[in-house]
Amino acid sequence: MDRTDVDERIRTLIEPSNKKGVDIGDGTSFAGDLEFDSLTVMDFVAAIEDEFDIIISMNQQAEIETYGQLVDAVCRLQND
Amino acid sequence: MSEGISQPDAPVQAEGNATDLFSKFDSLIQQREALLANGVEDPFSLVMEKVLSPTRAVCNGRDTILLGTYNYMGMTFDPDVIAAGKQALDDFGSGTTGSRVLNGTYGGHRDCEQALREFYDMDHAMVFSTGYQANLGIISTVAGKGDYVVLDIDSHASIYDGCALGNAEIVAFRHNDIDSLDKRLGRIPEGAGKLVVLEGVYSMLGDVAPLKDMIAVCKKHGAMVLVDEAHSMGFIGPNGRGVAEEQGVIDDVDFIIGTFSKSVGTVGGFCVSNHPKFEILRLVCRPYVFTASLPPSVVATAATSIRKLMQGTEKRAHLWENSKRLHGGLKALGFQLGTEEPQSAIVAVIMPDLERGAAMWEALLKEGLYVNLARPPATPANMTLLRCSLCAEHTAEEVETILGMFERAGKAVGII
Repeated sequence: MDRTDVDERIRTLIEPSNKKGVDIGDGTSFAGDLEFDSLTVMDFVAAIEDEFDIIISMNQQAEIETYGQLVDAVCRLQND
Repeated sequence: MSEGISQPDAPVQAEGNATDLFSKFDSLIQQREALLANGVEDPFSLVMEKVLSPTRAVCNGRDTILLGTYNYMGMTFDPDVIAAGKQALDDFGSGTTGSRVLNGTYGGHRDCEQALREFYDMDHAMVFSTGYQANLGIISTVAGKGDYVVLDIDSHASIYDGCALGNAEIVAFRHNDIDSLDKRLGRIPEGAGKLVVLEGVYSMLGDVAPLKDMIAVCKKHGAMVLVDEAHSMGFIGPNGRGVAEEQGVIDDVDFIIGTFSKSVGTVGGFCVSNHPKFEILRLVCRPYVFTASLPPSVVATAATSIRKLMQGTEKRAHLWENSKRLHGGLKALGFQLGTEEPQSAIVAVIMPDLERGAAMWEALLKEGLYVNLARPPATPANMTLLRCSLCAEHTAEEVETILGMFERAGKAVGII
């Protein structure tokens, strides 16, 4: 799966959590722009893990601040 | 006035508003100030001037029923326990001034570990200076780099801190969700070491974990299992060994973590296990090695209390009665509770928000009742909770008195 496909599928998954209707780009931050709290993060991460059949450990989550970093991380984890 | 005095060396900054390392606490400081500005008593700086029994104290000058101490079995004033502590003070002094692996292991520490082996019927027991350190030490040491720790999202702070201290990969699953645990274990790379960390009773809502099914899933994936039984020891299970015993799966648990600061009635923590190589942990577990051991009086009171808890069947039955009556009574009054049915000695009353939670807490205190106020981020789903923990020494009449206090306070604050 290439980056465009991953991006597209994550965009669908993020929709229910994007309550403010933020225009999402690679630089969009989860804490600052999307204002995700810890519960939203938990649900969102679980949805991505199920969609791609991967694990994003809490250690890895701590390194991911923006949407673009998330797409890159999922691409990488898919190929592992 | 000389110019020198009116011109400071450094740029002018309004006092108290300076930006420094403490600025990150500003929002919390403001939230606290706003809460206290309403005239409410500070829920986080209560002082007990006098403790009369496991269930009574003088708090902020008032005679108060204690309903938030985790002193489940009421051992703190047991005459045998007190006598053992006094004797140890006389015979061994006030403290060990040393690490367990150097000069800090006395006969009493060994005897306390023996009492734990008897209580749990297990091969090994290791006593730590607090329950917090027991989780910190075992989790950070057993799971190393490249290993995976899989934990419930609602785990206690000491479990999260144990993960943070170690070098393993940390994976969380949805609270008490067997399928969520199964999926995550299934995705861990082949060959990686796996430790699943569960709790018997979750202390915020007082709910019990479906350990039987969860442990079966762990074993299917070849994971080791650690169960924190802090809030169930002494009370749940035929011998008071906890939820794993109650559900018939204690033999499949690799490590049980517990504390002396609840049913045992003093302070300290422990891990018991049947793992053949368990004893090596004494040399490699940093929160065990690099701190002073418990004072002789504490391990003597703990050992005496643990052995008495083995005979606690009647007390356990009375504590269940208390828990059922309080839960049923509060529900009938119209309070929203953390669990549909009573599952442990904790009954959590859900408050609509922090302001009314604090008002209710204060109204209860003025009635003469102490409960724990729990607030985000320590609580699941950002709830504000009044956590009640019952004691085997609460009489049936006291539970009725408590229900009357809740009714008056709840109506006064407008929650029921």
